[in-house]
Amino acid sequence: MIQEKNKKGALIPLVAAIVLLLAVILLENISTFLPQGSVPSVLMPTSQLFSVLKKGAVYSLAAVSMNLLNGFTGLFSLGQAGFMLLGAYTYAILSVPVADRAAVYYLYGGSAVNFSFQDLFGSIFGTEGLGGAVSMGLGVAVAMLLAGCVAAVFAYFIGLPVLRLKSDYLAIATLGFAEIIKAVFQWQALGPVTNGANMIKSFPTFSSFNISDASGNVILRLATFFPFLVSILCIAVICMLINSSYGRAFKAIREDEIAAEAMGIDLAKHKMLSFCTSAFFAGVSGALFAMFVNNAQAKVYTTTMTYEILLIVVIGGIGSISGSCIATFLYVACSEWWLRFLDNEVILSSGAKLPFLRAGFRMVVFSVVIMIVVLFFRKGIMGDREITDLFQKRPRAGKEAAK
Amino acid sequence: MEFAISILISGISVGGQYALIAIGYTMVYGILRLINFAHGDVFMVGGLLGIYLTASLPLYLSLPLVLVLTVALGFCIERVAYKPLRSAPRMSVMISAIGVSYLIQNTATYITGGQPMTYPVIPFLSDTVKIAGTSTKWVTILTPFLVLALVLALTQLIQHTKVGMAMRAVAKDFETSQLMGIKINSVISVTFVIGSALAAVGSMLYFTNFQAITPTAGALPGLRAFVAAVVGGIGSIPGAVVGAFIIGICENVIKSTEFTVFSDAGTFALLILILVVKPTGLFGEKVTDKV
Repeated sequence: MIQEKNKKGALIPLVAAIVLLLAVILLENISTFLPQGSVPSVLMPTSQLFSVLKKGAVYSLAAVSMNLLNGFTGLFSLGQAGFMLLGAYTYAILSVPVADRAAVYYLYGGSAVNFSFQDLFGSIFGTEGLGGAVSMGLGVAVAMLLAGCVAAVFAYFIGLPVLRLKSDYLAIATLGFAEIIKAVFQWQALGPVTNGANMIKSFPTFSSFNISDASGNVILRLATFFPFLVSILCIAVICMLINSSYGRAFKAIREDEIAAEAMGIDLAKHKMLSFCTSAFFAGVSGALFAMFVNNAQAKVYTTTMTYEILLIVVIGGIGSISGSCIATFLYVACSEWWLRFLDNEVILSSGAKLPFLRAGFRMVVFSVVIMIVVLFFRKGIMGDREITDLFQKRPRAGKEAAK
Repeated sequence: MEFAISILISGISVGGQYALIAIGYTMVYGILRLINFAHGDVFMVGGLLGIYLTASLPLYLSLPLVLVLTVALGFCIERVAYKPLRSAPRMSVMISAIGVSYLIQNTATYITGGQPMTYPVIPFLSDTVKIAGTSTKWVTILTPFLVLALVLALTQLIQHTKVGMAMRAVAKDFETSQLMGIKINSVISVTFVIGSALAAVGSMLYFTNFQAITPTAGALPGLRAFVAAVVGGIGSIPGAVVGAFIIGICENVIKSTEFTVFSDAGTFALLILILVVKPTGLFGEKVTDKV
């Protein structure tokens, strides 16, 4: 009986995810099918819409992984940007083709790591045509997986001393580790590996996934599809973890540590599991982020980034995965796209300028919007409910009442 | 030797400036259990106000005005952003603090255009002086003494006045003190007023030494001061001062070696080390969990 219910429960999200992915592909390629000239500017491949969708996909994975730790396990950690940095660098270092290394690491006379998954798979499957696509995809996937693993391994060693701390002390200690990681990656002495404070680039990015024909024209765009695919896969894994017995243990720890321990939950083990899993997916999202911005540079992964993600998690609702995802897209769209017009000076037909509108005003309005949301929607958009609860709650309550 | 002394002097001076910010963090935490992320930005606004006001007013008018306006800002932040959330979960208040910090930084970027601004020269404070063979600014020498005087005054206030007693009571137990007839809202306001005033003084001292102010100039000193407060045991004022001096000296010592990149990382490493050995900081109270 229970199994049957679970099977039915898994089918709907699966269908929803596939529909979403197909919708993304359709949205991305619709401009190729429509006759020239009739394409609305929003749907052009250069439109802000796609950059928002890509960044939203990347950030929603980061937000969900933070929610797993802060929302579901109740561990207040601020190390997210540090783990994303680890992921981004691992991915970048393992993906820059050896031929391009001299150019990227020119300040250090070449790289100390003369190996890349791109070349490894390229030598097996070839670099042209279908083989090239397979080797590129495999290289990215393996490097991304390793990015997550490196972040998780670091999280394990950081967690050993740090997870014993409580609430705010844990937050500041993880924040400290993120800063230390950032400093280490900018260290000149590690330059041959990390390229010092300079950026690592020329690794495969989202646009590498666009399929083009022999003459170089893009025939199928998959640049937005790819981050969606990875994020959905990862978020699905996190969902499964949360709905498992481990997830219930996490929630028990969040509600009351002492009571959870009394119920036989191994606190240290479960906290570590949650910390490492969260770091793993943060690492993957870091790799995605590096692909999104086309480079990996340590100074981008600041505490401000962690705060930004924390803001998204809380706006979406602590302990709600769908809330985190919705909030991410709203947040990214609002900050990068919808309010864009506020940055431009508007001169009315009478020659007078509209007051206040100039560069920077967008962010002021945006932060006011955030303050309003924080002050008036204390539980966030979704509270601790999921989007599926909205459809289910009523009939189920009715059934139980009927019994 | 001279080199060592100059490093030590500047470390103590920077430490004193951090102490003034750290007290704001630690007092608010002691009472509200809130990490006031906006405090570093209040400090930055103090610096910006200093620039704008000294440009148009004489010094003896502008500096007190900086103090008053910064205090007003701190007061307003508490009333608008934290007071409505008094019964909300702690996380929402903290997010509100992050939101305020965002708002202040973005507004500052909007007003200044994001360009670094130069802090005015305050006569006497910026004059150079020779001590133990190294030349330095007067502000460097004065800071530790000023800090000690202010901290002494503050502890007198907390130990021997009615407001101070109310503060201690609220810090001990929020609800019971309310039952005892303490007006917690005014006590919390006083806390924010004191914290902001000290941050304003700190901004005058700090930016006389480090002249450029960008909209994010408050973030880093704020973070270091917060680390100092945690090292000393958050909630404890002497702890914050001691922690700030430790952080200040530590930072300057690391900066003088070849590992300049690690000046912030080093302070964080120290913080983690102290937290691992003493999980509530040097002077923090032991918390026992109740079921």
